[in-house]
Amino acid sequence: MAKLLRTIVLLMLIAITGIAAAQAIDPLPFRDHAEELRFQHLTSELRCLVCQDENLADSNADFARDLRHKVFELMQQGKSDAQIKQYLVDRYSDFVLYDPPVNGRTWLLWFGPLLILITGGVVVASTIRKRSRSGASAASAPTENGDDW
Amino acid sequence: MSRLLPFFAFVLLAALLGFGIWWNSAHDPTAVPSPLINKPAPAFALPMLDQPTKTVSKESLLGKPYLVNVFASWCFACGEEHPVLMEESKGLGVPVIGYDYKDDPNDAKSWLAQHGNPYDMVIADTSGHTAIDFGVYGAPETFLIDAKGVIRYKRIGPLTSDVIAQQLKPAIEALQKEAP
Amino acid sequence: MTPELGQLALILALFLALAQSVLPLIGAWRGNRALMAVARPAATGQAVFVALAFAILVSAFLRFDFSVQYVADNSNLQLPWYYRIAAVWGAHEGSMLLWVLILNVWTVALTLFSRRLPDAFLARVLSVLGIISTGFLCFILFTSNPFARLLPMPPDGADLNPVLQDPGMTFHPPVLYMGYVGFSVAFAFSIAALLGGSMQQSWVRWARPWTNAAWGFLSCGIVAGSWWAYAELGWGGWWFWDPVENASFMPWLVGVALIHAQAVTEKRGSLRAWTILLSLFAFSLSLLGTFLVRSGILTSVHAFASDPRRGTFILCFLAVVVGGSLLLYALRAPKVAGGKAFALVSRESAILVGNLMFTVAAAMVMLGTLFPLLGDALNLGKISVGPPYFGLLFPLLMLPVVLLLPFGPYLRWGNSEAPMLKQVLVRAGIAAAACAVIAAFLVQGQLKAIAGVASAVWVGMGVVLYVLKRWRDMPRGRRYPAEMAGMLLAHFGVAIFLIGVLLSESLSVTRDVRLSPGQVATVGGYEFRFDGVTQATGPNWTAQQGVVTVTRNGAPVAVMHPQKRTYAHEQVQTTSAIDPGVTRDIYVALGEPMDPNHVEGAWALRLYTKPFVRWIWGGGLFMMLGGFVSAADRRFHVKREAEAAQTVTAVLQESQA
Repeated sequence: MAKLLRTIVLLMLIAITGIAAAQAIDPLPFRDHAEELRFQHLTSELRCLVCQDENLADSNADFARDLRHKVFELMQQGKSDAQIKQYLVDRYSDFVLYDPPVNGRTWLLWFGPLLILITGGVVVASTIRKRSRSGASAASAPTENGDDW
Repeated sequence: MSRLLPFFAFVLLAALLGFGIWWNSAHDPTAVPSPLINKPAPAFALPMLDQPTKTVSKESLLGKPYLVNVFASWCFACGEEHPVLMEESKGLGVPVIGYDYKDDPNDAKSWLAQHGNPYDMVIADTSGHTAIDFGVYGAPETFLIDAKGVIRYKRIGPLTSDVIAQQLKPAIEALQKEAP
Repeated sequence: MTPELGQLALILALFLALAQSVLPLIGAWRGNRALMAVARPAATGQAVFVALAFAILVSAFLRFDFSVQYVADNSNLQLPWYYRIAAVWGAHEGSMLLWVLILNVWTVALTLFSRRLPDAFLARVLSVLGIISTGFLCFILFTSNPFARLLPMPPDGADLNPVLQDPGMTFHPPVLYMGYVGFSVAFAFSIAALLGGSMQQSWVRWARPWTNAAWGFLSCGIVAGSWWAYAELGWGGWWFWDPVENASFMPWLVGVALIHAQAVTEKRGSLRAWTILLSLFAFSLSLLGTFLVRSGILTSVHAFASDPRRGTFILCFLAVVVGGSLLLYALRAPKVAGGKAFALVSRESAILVGNLMFTVAAAMVMLGTLFPLLGDALNLGKISVGPPYFGLLFPLLMLPVVLLLPFGPYLRWGNSEAPMLKQVLVRAGIAAAACAVIAAFLVQGQLKAIAGVASAVWVGMGVVLYVLKRWRDMPRGRRYPAEMAGMLLAHFGVAIFLIGVLLSESLSVTRDVRLSPGQVATVGGYEFRFDGVTQATGPNWTAQQGVVTVTRNGAPVAVMHPQKRTYAHEQVQTTSAIDPGVTRDIYVALGEPMDPNHVEGAWALRLYTKPFVRWIWGGGLFMMLGGFVSAADRRFHVKREAEAAQTVTAVLQESQA
């Protein structure tokens, strides 16, 4: 079963690359440079579902180009970045967002590092306290000859 | 005790990695489950492949469940899936609508002529715009839509006899039971 | 016939590795010198056989021996010889062989340069390295044999992935592996210290040059990979927070923490358990990286074929090596906080804070990398974690490090006087503020760029002030010992890196344009004139080659030739043209003709100007240099026979007890 699955994935990949004639380099008629920057930023934070290791801005896949054009079209309609992201999330799930939203499912992701930092910080602080107290008198400065820097 | 913490952390990590190996051998790691399941299918109006002047819309299909199979002549995996559909589409108990995705209509017609046509009807989405509303990101994909126009099941990747027997047919039977 | 010889060599190497793992360990335990003496010749012999196997694989590539599956899969008749050599590590089997070869290179280097180490200690170190080697040789022989035959022999092979046909590919993986695998030495030293018991901290001084060198290689490997991604992938980016990149970045971060913790332990005797733990982490993360890349459980740019059998094997190996070493740590790590006391304001405290930040950063990278998997495991749905996440959290975690950095050299062990630090604070602070104000005018108020200039001047000024102070205070010859020079170089590298990252991120301009021949587009103050497309040919490709003339205010700057190559097996690869410069890169990538039937007409092009982007790699190379220079400190090499003899007696007494 697993082997079959892999073969299938491989075949799908072949199917995809076979048609990947379209290019990430994709001049679009932006109104001004600010709009172009906004587009570049937005598409760089969206994940391509076909080439899943690439963002929409860089992906050569035909599908990525379709979505890029959709994003452009929505921008022309005056939609905000949040609305455009929501539009894609409604159809393709949170998977398209390289910037995962902060919610119940991702709190560990967003606040985990903070938890580790606090825990580690407490350990470091207590170590420094202990060591500076235990040897307040003994904490002699090293010799002043400059070699023991 | 605190000296054992790194070891316990590693045990958790190893369990996660072990899970990863198992999960990836049992699932397609690239398949992204659709958020549209149990949501109304998007409104669409697409021309039929062989009669481009006639359009098929979501409304015109309401009233009984149907299957939408996304395919394209350029899609290699669709060629793998095709024989399965040829064999099983008539026995599914629901109409099967072919959804020709980002394809030259002439290529699609000759492809169907060559390999056979398992579909009750084929609609063509040459631009791929409607497909975005369906959350399609590759071919083949298959949607099961109920009588009220709600998407009930989605398959990403080719249908195989196993998938049809184990997932699709039970889903269809469940639909037929709830809508007598 | 020869490929089978390669396999035979690997089998012999495996037996020698087994001997190297088991016998010296027993010898060190029983105090048996004869058994301990096995370690050195076994290690050398193993290295000879692994090198032989590697050479046989290289020669199979050079001779186009397509009867070897691996050669047929990764090379063809048109591939030039240098890429055929690089193809040896272009895919899974060969890169594992390279891994083992490099492990053997480190082991042999250790046997050559560590003759003065106590016998029992060296025996344990070599035995640990032997165990690691045994694991990987088994992995190659049982799951990833590069010498498997393909019969009947095909007339020509498939192609090496065109992305890999780049000069970067010839040295990026070997150098990166030198770093990855180099941490195995510090790892083995820690395990030997744990096994040996009352070794005090002398092992740390022996381990330090090896750790610094390994970290230098890892820095170089990461820089090379980043440069390769920038030049080859055509996206103009230099870091993507891709799982495989992260896999190499985690050991690097822990390596930074380890290098500093080792300094504390060696010089002051503090943080002994922590230093051991970090040594274990650094190599464990290297192994984890290997696992992540080789098992393919995460989707990545480096999408290698995944095979659950291989993943399972490495996972079991990981469990034995990492789990075993962490258990050993729990049982044997020094329980009492030893070493000299230190005050709140001291170098120890600052290093501890830095260690905390680097360790948390590594943990954050790991969490972000593995979170999609955790999402699957806890049924949270498919989640992507990408550059916005890492790009937000990583700078936040590094901010305290950057703020502390200028004080580093000034802080004294044990206890530091405040006035000196205040002076640094004022001087570096004023310099940073002044430069920030000047920069504000030059970069039109771009906050990120201003922050880049200010932070770089802050860090750089700290280093420069210290260099001057040493110059004034110390007599010639004692001013900059290699260990200190390395530290200063690496810290200065941070300043350069900060300039590169923050200026290029904020001031780069990217535009996708459609140009007909003769048309001009202006990007970032440069005029790009498209002069049409010509044909070009290489050894195994043909290309459509754009000609783009770049001028600035009418003065010629460069003529650039971005290509779209079609390789022998119909694979298409864009090759961007880069005009490098100290203050800016100009970067052009060729897209598609707007009308496929009229290649003489308009084309899509992507034009970039990237100010100071080169400073990113420049900073990385300074860090690398810092690692190498400090590794070369004579202090690490001078004879310490009295001490060594003492330790040997201690070990012998202990093992007899």
